[in-house]
Amino acid sequence: MTTLAPEPAPSPGRRVKRFLGDYPLVPLVLLLVLLVVVLQILRPGIVNERWIANTVKFAVPLAMLAGCQTLAMLTGGIDLSVATVATMAAFIVSTQEPGLGLALAFLPALLIGLTNGIGVGVFRVHPLIMTLGTSLIGTGCLQVYQRTVIATGTKVPDALSWLGTGLTGGFPNALLVFLPVAALLIFTLRRTGFGRLLYAVGDNERTTRIAGVLYWQVILALYLACSLLAALAGLLYVGLIKAPSLSLADPLLLPSVAAAVIGGTSIFGGRGGYAGTILGALILTVLTTLLTLLQMPEGFRRMLFGAIVLLVTAAYLRIIEDR
Amino acid sequence: MMGRLRREGWIVGLLALFLALLAVTRGIQPGYGGGDFGSLARAVLPYAFAVAAQTVVVIAGGIDLSVAAMMALTSVTAARAMNGASEEAAVLVVALVLLMGLALGALNGLLIVVTRVPDIVVTLSTLFILQGAALLVLPSPGGAAAGWLKALITGTAGHPWLPKALVVLAVCLAAIWIPLRRSRLGLSIYAIGSSDLAAFRSGVPVARTKVAAYAIAGLFAAMGGLSLTASTGIGAPIPGPYLLASVAAVVLGGVVLGGGRGGLVGPIVAVFILRLVRTDLTLLAVDPNVTSIIEGAIMVVVVMFGAFIAMRSRAP
Repeated sequence: MTTLAPEPAPSPGRRVKRFLGDYPLVPLVLLLVLLVVVLQILRPGIVNERWIANTVKFAVPLAMLAGCQTLAMLTGGIDLSVATVATMAAFIVSTQEPGLGLALAFLPALLIGLTNGIGVGVFRVHPLIMTLGTSLIGTGCLQVYQRTVIATGTKVPDALSWLGTGLTGGFPNALLVFLPVAALLIFTLRRTGFGRLLYAVGDNERTTRIAGVLYWQVILALYLACSLLAALAGLLYVGLIKAPSLSLADPLLLPSVAAAVIGGTSIFGGRGGYAGTILGALILTVLTTLLTLLQMPEGFRRMLFGAIVLLVTAAYLRIIEDR
Repeated sequence: MMGRLRREGWIVGLLALFLALLAVTRGIQPGYGGGDFGSLARAVLPYAFAVAAQTVVVIAGGIDLSVAAMMALTSVTAARAMNGASEEAAVLVVALVLLMGLALGALNGLLIVVTRVPDIVVTLSTLFILQGAALLVLPSPGGAAAGWLKALITGTAGHPWLPKALVVLAVCLAAIWIPLRRSRLGLSIYAIGSSDLAAFRSGVPVARTKVAAYAIAGLFAAMGGLSLTASTGIGAPIPGPYLLASVAAVVLGGVVLGGGRGGLVGPIVAVFILRLVRTDLTLLAVDPNVTSIIEGAIMVVVVMFGAFIAMRSRAP
């Protein structure tokens, strides 16, 4: 290692590859732009301010849930209870008095996050199983709860509909919640000790343990944060959909994992970031619009969705890994 | 003998738990007899095949999120092809559907090997693809099942406590699992699950083994799909709750997520236990909604307990 061989002049192809490897967000932005251009070609005039605002509105809850997956995946975990937590928060807030409901909405999130954290951090249960179990328990509790409030009916608080669907000067109000959250997440991951611990634990758990990190504390904090974020996403989502049901956020669960993966976060931990995830969520949302516009049977749309997710992930991994 | 007992301790414990649960069931409902056990076995059948599929993949160090979607696709394909077909033609349909499961499973494996994308992401994508394909085959529940296929899993085989469904399950699983376990391929599956680098260095064809493991899982999933069609008489394009149940039973059955350890018997006993708990709760007139809370809680507590034991035994 004392003498470095002089590097041969890289070919243009390699140089592009190295550039993309150094700036992993660039291909994602390119893909997003490409999708929007395809959309504009297929249906000229569709891409306008209103459409952009709409896309952002639908991408925000997905991006927040995908944020939970990003955090969990950085440590080599996954959180399958986020959809249940989001649904619980949404359902509680639309069946209780406005003030009380908001406070109560975060209670199940707190409990589930705590249970997940203790199970994964202290008892070392596999995160997949742990969060699956708590998600089952949560769904059951929600069903029992639903029968107690069946007479009251559901009503989405006005403030949430305003946040979920409203526009102020052309900008979706959901950004009022999302931008601070996104900034906080990116800041936490890039600049704080906690963020660094998440990467470290995911990269090599044994080493961090030997280095004196209290693994269980990191994991507990992580899953608590995930659940609270998921509950917040649920509140925004119910404001957007305006029809609280017991399976409200379920369709977002698998796309939230997909968004984080497309965004370049490794499911084995230690690599990734939130900016990519946001792009991933936007890409998935635009892709869904595109597939809806193509007016093909539902079955064919799902097949295309799956194929494209796989293709994009595979291509992206090639770009950022082969150097 | 003692060593063997200790090694199989988890399975022995599960079996004891199952028998205890059966006794409890008799206690709750003195009339619980062979007929009820038969309906339990029929209800377990699709779950058990889903669990078998998941077990093979997990032992090989992967995970298959597409198992329920694969069952839905094979089930609707069988139901649609058998609709109006003669009994003899249905035999051909069953054979073709099994082949289709094998091929789709192999495709899962190939995609994982070729794209080098993690298993969980690839099977998540194929979940969407298979689901979509199922909707294309049959947009709404329908189709039909051949008479002999339905008769295959109804009734008993000789003894009132020996339902045909249980025999079918045992025969299907044993016909694949026992030869597999004794073959070089079976050993390779355990080897790549335990450490694919070590397996590679000892000359195991890692890629080929992985594809084979997923293909076998696809075959089991196709059996699950056929059993769905056989027990309901139709095919439904929306996947049932088999994915979550399969992962839960695999872990409860002592197969380690991450691969290389465990067998098929444990997960199958575990899935029987989970279904029997559900029966018991129904017999006790517990609110069906509370049932899912209890199921989730059992899963979490048992897995925590298992992890706790593992921690204790690792510490000196």
